[in-house]
Amino acid sequence: MKIRLTVNGEPREADVWAGESLLTTLRDALGLPGSKNACEQGECGSCSVLLDGDLVCACLVLAAQADGHEVTTVEGLAQGDELHRVQRAFVDAGAVQCGFCTPGLVVATVALLDANPNPSEDEMREALSGNLCRCTGYAKIFDAVRMASRP
Amino acid sequence: MSTTSVSTSTEALEPGHVGSSVRRRDGVPKVTGEFAYSSDLYAAGMLWGKTVRSPHAHARIVEIDISEAIGMPGVHAVLTHEDVPGQKTYGLEFADQPVLASDRVRYFGEAVALVAAEEPEQARRAADAVRVTYEPLEPVTEMERATELEPLHPDRPTMSHGYRDDPRPNVVRTIVISHGDPETEGEVAVSGVYEIGIQDQAFLGPESGLAIPDGEGGVDVYVATQWLHVDRDQVAPCLDLPPEMVRIHLAGVGGAFGGREDLSMQVHGALLALHTKRPVKIVYNREESFVGHIHRHPAKIWCEHRATSTGRLVNVRMRILLDGGAYASSSTAVTSNAASFALGPYAVANALIESTCVYTNNPPCGAMRGFGAVQTCFAGEAQMDKLAAAVGIDPVDLRLLNALAPGDVLPTGQAIEGSLPVAEVIRRAAALPVPEAEALPREAIRLPGGAGNTTRGEGVQRGVGFAVGFKNICYSEGFDDSTGARVILRTDGSAEIHCAAAEVGQGVTDVILQVARTELRTDAITLAAPETATVASAGSASASRMTWMAAGAVQLACRAALDEQERAPGVEIDVERIYRHARTTPLDPETGQITGERAHVAFAVAAMRAVVEVDVELGLTRVVWIGTAQDVGKAINPLAVEGQIEGGTAQGLGLALMEEIQTKDGLITNASFTDYLIPTTLDMPPVVTELVEDPEPDSPYGAKGVGEPPTVVSTAAVVSALRAATGRELTRVPVRPDDVVGL
Repeated sequence: MKIRLTVNGEPREADVWAGESLLTTLRDALGLPGSKNACEQGECGSCSVLLDGDLVCACLVLAAQADGHEVTTVEGLAQGDELHRVQRAFVDAGAVQCGFCTPGLVVATVALLDANPNPSEDEMREALSGNLCRCTGYAKIFDAVRMASRP
Repeated sequence: MSTTSVSTSTEALEPGHVGSSVRRRDGVPKVTGEFAYSSDLYAAGMLWGKTVRSPHAHARIVEIDISEAIGMPGVHAVLTHEDVPGQKTYGLEFADQPVLASDRVRYFGEAVALVAAEEPEQARRAADAVRVTYEPLEPVTEMERATELEPLHPDRPTMSHGYRDDPRPNVVRTIVISHGDPETEGEVAVSGVYEIGIQDQAFLGPESGLAIPDGEGGVDVYVATQWLHVDRDQVAPCLDLPPEMVRIHLAGVGGAFGGREDLSMQVHGALLALHTKRPVKIVYNREESFVGHIHRHPAKIWCEHRATSTGRLVNVRMRILLDGGAYASSSTAVTSNAASFALGPYAVANALIESTCVYTNNPPCGAMRGFGAVQTCFAGEAQMDKLAAAVGIDPVDLRLLNALAPGDVLPTGQAIEGSLPVAEVIRRAAALPVPEAEALPREAIRLPGGAGNTTRGEGVQRGVGFAVGFKNICYSEGFDDSTGARVILRTDGSAEIHCAAAEVGQGVTDVILQVARTELRTDAITLAAPETATVASAGSASASRMTWMAAGAVQLACRAALDEQERAPGVEIDVERIYRHARTTPLDPETGQITGERAHVAFAVAAMRAVVEVDVELGLTRVVWIGTAQDVGKAINPLAVEGQIEGGTAQGLGLALMEEIQTKDGLITNASFTDYLIPTTLDMPPVVTELVEDPEPDSPYGAKGVGEPPTVVSTAAVVSALRAATGRELTRVPVRPDDVVGL
């Protein structure tokens, strides 16, 4: 089936099968592999994207459900060469190691700070608890979130 | 919040040079999503590969029928063991693992056949349609009985293989270290039996890669791995190709932690690509990743520590049993490492250590961060706490009393030559101020068990624990490794560096660039993509060796290039140099004593204080705070060193509290992130990190590896705190709610 959706501000079309996840469509059909395939079961958050501004796991959304909707992926956050302040903070804080969780955590942090520009420690921990990271132990990710928060 | 103090950095640092914190070179592409991981690769005309895996832990293969699968839509190839043109088995030390099983499967998930099809879904369906007739066999699942049962590898000798002869069936390796007089009695003795469950590396980037035939009979494989050249040396014989016709390229690696030392899709992808003459991509899903790679060895450890009445250790006796699972992988080295570091960083005049790894039909085990030292640290440090209680002294004082120092002799007879600031590291960790206890009542998110805790904290008890971890840096026992680096100096003043060191997320790329900037005094440096064809082997990104070895090789090659340039100014310089550390020799197979000057190159130590809260009625836990001091030699990139310590600590905390591959009759029952839990943002406490810089005399810039010590120590430290909170022995990890409550 054909779907039409807006991805990172651009109208896109894709030919998908009924059971196809939005993640598969983004990665394999639309040339946007930034959203990651760590579990594809909604457990790790590495495929986090914004669907009409809401944080979702792209692996748990059918591509067909995104028909007519707006999707923002990690590729859509920077303005040209200018990184989003969350992306900048992740680089500066040393929050990136292997980086496989990074796109999902960056998108989840953007969603957190959009809703709550200055989260408390507990709010930050709770908001990001659906995004697994195996390398960092999260300390530098928290540093990055603090850096990107508005005091 | 993490804090760091570095003890010796007094000179002004140049940005980007050795010793200064640098931002990752791959940081920007990783935050924008542009960085290409092995699962992101595409090639024109690419097919998708899928592996058919055994549903049995142990079975005879009666028949493999591919007739239906081969005729399915989009399917280009269905391959079995008959299609492996060369050597039918591979392995890191013993080539005992079939590329594709022929007559017998020995573990749940063992590869039996391969499919390549136009679409991933077509490949998956065709894989389901490969009909394999099995005759199930009784699986060997109890490691303590493995040496009494029929051998799983009847052709693999247990005698005359260079290690200690052990005539029992299913022994991968036995090592005995006998030191001083192992019959020496003490005035005080404590004993215990400890168990460690199977931990998984659980890297987030699934095993994946792309194999591309070159049209001339050779193949290029782009894969996430830890050691490009040893992959090539295992892949080429299976394909019946000379090594130069197999080129392995490093694709983006989504974490490794030891789990990418063994082959995953390398031979399989190459076989399909050469057979179909098309590029073939293979990506494991999460379940396949859990069953398809090796794990940390589960272990059972029997200990007796004998001491004087004042707490000085006089004799330690330990028996270590490790379950290697179905194939050898790196079990021989893990067995030996477990024995070598069994006593911890303590001076003990007499010891008897026996370490045995057995074959079973459980999930295969091999390398994981800590490599044998994690298991023995958990047991040994529990014993130290027990001894402190028996003697009646503070656990930190007991450790200081027995701390190893340069000049002391290890139970293998090796004298400590280089840096090993055990007492300093212990003192620094013990001096870190522990936070005040939090008042009750409080938000549920800050209670043990978080929102799942429905009480107001009536059953919460606090405990403070301490542990010390000890491990080698670099390979050991005569398995001497080297790292190559190539430096091209152009006439415009720029430089190009080649090094096959695997960037697995640890930041070795930045180390290489820092060294090159420091040595060449220029920022105009590019680093070529790592591959096997253009530079010599780098050895593996493992054993906490890659920073030391890559820094050594790049430093050597840069200096050689500058010398060359002085001799021949005005022309392009292209030099390659191979760096080697001090030579090691094997341990004597009978006594476990060194046969030369050393079996290990260098050592590192970490000490950790952990504060926990335990709901002793509900069995729920919360780690409140961790403070750690680690001997790092010299921090090349302090920001990355902290990241290694924080991340390594999280993995040890995971083993202490939640991480275990569960099996039933050898079948894995929790192959998903729903059921195999790793620490989340809610599980990790603040980690305060102290870097203790005591430069290693023989290493480049004094650096030591830093990746493993935090994982070695943190399991022991967290459980020490749980014992303090509960008063229970807690002899098994991961600690379960039932254990906490005493059910």
